[in-house]
Amino acid sequence: MSETLHAVSVEVNGKPRSARVPARLSLVDWLREELLLTGTHVGCEHGICGACSVMLDGEPVRACLMYAVQAHGHRVTTVEGLARADGSMSVLQDSFCETHGLQCGYCTPGMLIATQALLNSNPDPTEAQIRDAIGGNLCRCTGYQQIVEAVQLAAERTAKEAK
Amino acid sequence: MKAAPFEYARAASLAEVCALLATHGDGAKLLAGGQSLVPMMAMRLVRPAWLIDINEIPALKFARIEEDVARTGSCARQCVVERDNSIAARVPLLRQALAWVGHVQTRNRGTIGGSLAHADPCAELPLVAQVLGARMLLRSSKGTRTLEAEKFFSGPMATSARSDECLEEIHWPAWSWRRTGSAFTEISVRHGDFAMVSAAAQVAIDGDGRCVRAAFGVGGAGGTPLAFPKIAARLVGTRLDDAAVSDAARAAAHETDPGSDLHASAAYRRHLAGVLAARALGEAREKARSL
Repeated sequence: MSETLHAVSVEVNGKPRSARVPARLSLVDWLREELLLTGTHVGCEHGICGACSVMLDGEPVRACLMYAVQAHGHRVTTVEGLARADGSMSVLQDSFCETHGLQCGYCTPGMLIATQALLNSNPDPTEAQIRDAIGGNLCRCTGYQQIVEAVQLAAERTAKEAK
Repeated sequence: MKAAPFEYARAASLAEVCALLATHGDGAKLLAGGQSLVPMMAMRLVRPAWLIDINEIPALKFARIEEDVARTGSCARQCVVERDNSIAARVPLLRQALAWVGHVQTRNRGTIGGSLAHADPCAELPLVAQVLGARMLLRSSKGTRTLEAEKFFSGPMATSARSDECLEEIHWPAWSWRRTGSAFTEISVRHGDFAMVSAAAQVAIDGDGRCVRAAFGVGGAGGTPLAFPKIAARLVGTRLDDAAVSDAARAAAHETDPGSDLHASAAYRRHLAGVLAARALGEAREKARSL
């Protein structure tokens, strides 16, 4: 059957992107399959695992619980949008490497989005605040400890850079 | 997992929502934050013919305190109400309950009205609505009507809203006694999961420490969240000592009608209802005494 297509215009990682999408296409599928931004991962597809987290107008949300058509007129930031302008890794991304904050890497894009959003609003979070921020992101490898350390390290480094 | 095909309309105004509901009624679902509806559609537990998106209607997104009531538009995001200090000062149960609702990412998107309209008997906001006696303003093309929480929640995942009605706004009563304390607690497998059982309480005491008003309830222990106004009324005039609190909690647990599932038996849920109701009442009392 043919489905109605809806026009969407979305700012993705700072660039305007337009498309015509069926209403039931999820935001994460649009990002991955049509914009080829495969950094955002698809996990459970029903809002439990957090692997698909992206920022919508700067706030972390689950991209599997939004239809692409709903992003019309909004700003989306994916993990690809976290790197520095020259393509090198951000302070947070580098801190994940430094502390072994990832093993298989499946949860990592969601973890990065969740914790970068935390640091944007709270540059010096407590351990409890970090754990709360990643409460909706499942990791089956690290036991979370190194992820918490990565965020703490990133906060320290950013504070030093600012001095 | 993909939703079955549906027709989509992004409504620009409440009038447009009402017109679309009048036309499509039974086959339509309102899409607010989508944190419950979208997973249910992905699993094809629901297959609406029409999805009416109310996310781009600014008039449904407000949240503010008025004299004796917090007013929230149905599409106010949970995170917005959670962060609102003036609402937390007058209706503290909302912030206390929201801390237990899902996770940061789901509260950024999830809405107050969506949680109420979804009417999960385990969910936090419906319990707060029931305990405080929140009023739901419903609108259709025929006009508006207001339902008290008790009348609004009609069963598990069911409300008394008609298929042509949209939840427009929720009024959360604010108590005016200076020494008003409240508390929310729950037991779940992990924080952020659905509660097995939850409890909410609010008490006001006078200068001598005597209770002048009390309200409490439990979630996850019946087809709807349960409030116990008659039992709470018996606390008025007491000093809310531990014996009075546990008597009330025990009487409330006796009135629950929980089900059994993989996570907990009915007997365990009833036990939790009594324990958590006593805990919430005790914490609310301590908060009121500290003021």
